[in-house]
Amino acid sequence: MQLLRAIFSHSSGRIGGAIVGLYIIIAILGLLGITPHDPLMQFRVDRLHAPDATYWMGTDLFGRDVASRLMLGISQSFIVAFASVALAAVAGIVLGLAAAWFGGWWDGTIMRFMDVLLAFPAILLALLIIAIVGPGTWTSVMAIAIVYTPIFTRVVRGPALSLKTRDFVDAARTFGSSRNYILTRHLMLNLVAPLTVQVTLALAWGLLTEAGLSFLGLGTQPPASSLGLMLADSRNLMEMAPWLLIFPGIAIMIGILGFNLLGDALRDILDPRTRRSAA
Amino acid sequence: MNYLARRLMTFPLVMLGVSVLVFVSIRLVPGDAITAMLGTEAGLLTPDQRAALEAYFGIDQGWFTQYWRWLAGAVQGDLGVSVTFGKPVLDVILERFPLTLELALLSMVIALAIGLPAGIFAATRNEKPSDLAVRIFAMIGQSTPNFVFALLAIYVLSVGFGVLPAMGEFTPFLENPLRNLGQMILPALTLGFAFAAAVTRISRSAMLDILSDDYIRTARAKGVPARKVIWRHALPNALIPVVTLSGVEFGYLLGGAVIVEQIFALPGLGRMVLDAILQRDYALVQGSVLFIALNFMIVNLLVDLAYAMLDPRIRLGGK
Repeated sequence: MQLLRAIFSHSSGRIGGAIVGLYIIIAILGLLGITPHDPLMQFRVDRLHAPDATYWMGTDLFGRDVASRLMLGISQSFIVAFASVALAAVAGIVLGLAAAWFGGWWDGTIMRFMDVLLAFPAILLALLIIAIVGPGTWTSVMAIAIVYTPIFTRVVRGPALSLKTRDFVDAARTFGSSRNYILTRHLMLNLVAPLTVQVTLALAWGLLTEAGLSFLGLGTQPPASSLGLMLADSRNLMEMAPWLLIFPGIAIMIGILGFNLLGDALRDILDPRTRRSAA
Repeated sequence: MNYLARRLMTFPLVMLGVSVLVFVSIRLVPGDAITAMLGTEAGLLTPDQRAALEAYFGIDQGWFTQYWRWLAGAVQGDLGVSVTFGKPVLDVILERFPLTLELALLSMVIALAIGLPAGIFAATRNEKPSDLAVRIFAMIGQSTPNFVFALLAIYVLSVGFGVLPAMGEFTPFLENPLRNLGQMILPALTLGFAFAAAVTRISRSAMLDILSDDYIRTARAKGVPARKVIWRHALPNALIPVVTLSGVEFGYLLGGAVIVEQIFALPGLGRMVLDAILQRDYALVQGSVLFIALNFMIVNLLVDLAYAMLDPRIRLGGK
């Protein structure tokens, strides 16, 4: 509650929060099928129809309603982004805490493996995974999660290492608190702030990558709808039907902008070190 | 042991990890290389012919033997033969690399030329409308996927100005610099736009941090002109995070820009690796990913060294 109030008193937090909130509502409506038209329905007489009162954002080459497909695309993008970031965050927390807590051999092995993943070009790593499993929604989720895991691992390991040596952890140990209790209670709670910021920024990146993979034809597969896919389809039609390019393009931009603004605001609010340069 | 030596020692380890990972994962891709290369004609091969082809490309034995043979070659600079190009992998990579390098350099030049002045300008006008304008612009830049920027740019150019970006056959820079730049400018702007936004944001916040430092106040109190305070006193210190960011970003760009290369039909590293994965060109995928990872690590090392040069207080390898 306090955090929500802080976000809303922060100028970019307010805008970012509003955008993200709006997109989440659109995504839910899209999922529930509450769209102006059936996103898969082909209105053949109205192919490449310009935007008007019936088709708010026009229709595509098959006469499908762009606005409805856009809503479905947003829910698709959000599912992939949220699921992959959640997976990456969980994996990163477990690996980062293990590396920091056990140290030594564990730390060395985990972090070297993360170095290997980081040295791997991100999009190529995702492409390899997709080539192995075959393109599709859940492959995108897995690929994006694997690419993002090393970053979460680093975000967790650094602060966890310094927290581990703090007095309150020693105190907890002398009280006889169990390892799991210390890890989940003392370390995790103190990591919530940096993780929240990272999760928000990762969501922006997840949206971007999902769109990029779909754009290359390696993410969401037709006839399902995705923002990247819509943009790829618009390429050869943009002069004839610019609405096919403009609406999905701007929808992606604003969605990512929302998460970036929210992430920035959260960083200002949660990370005392950056207060000085905060807006 | 000194820092450089220690860092260099981790290189072989990480490279080994990368090579194992890519070796195993490319082999997990369903389908075999010979069929991918010949298509339906592969069905006409006699078992003997197929075996001969597999032996030629070194994919006739078990994984372990294959890896060992590949590794033994790789340490001597022999990355094997590409199935799709029928040429040594290193030759294929080095043919594509100049384009990727040029694109990365152009994007970085664009990013620094726009981002650095914009960031400094915004920092000196903290919280004024002009600062806000720069920040909004940077935020939008950072939130625009490069393919959206590229498509919108193509649309505006073709519909608004009747100009189509020069695509067609790619011309190397040394052959015809003007034609080459004509082809490269839009892709470079596309990649440079988001990059510039990131540079703007980081140089603004670094500059703001430093402008509130005591030594800047002292310089101002002494009557040093504002311009000199910014450029001589503050900028060198503000550059440190900018160098880090630009270096890391440049390192990524050297890995090829798959989507932008695809949109502008540029024969760069990114598209080559994508095709190689889809074609199951084992040797080419292994070689190029290794090449890209090595570049990335070298650039990161150079960034760390540049750090120490910019800030004598940073002693690398110190505890």
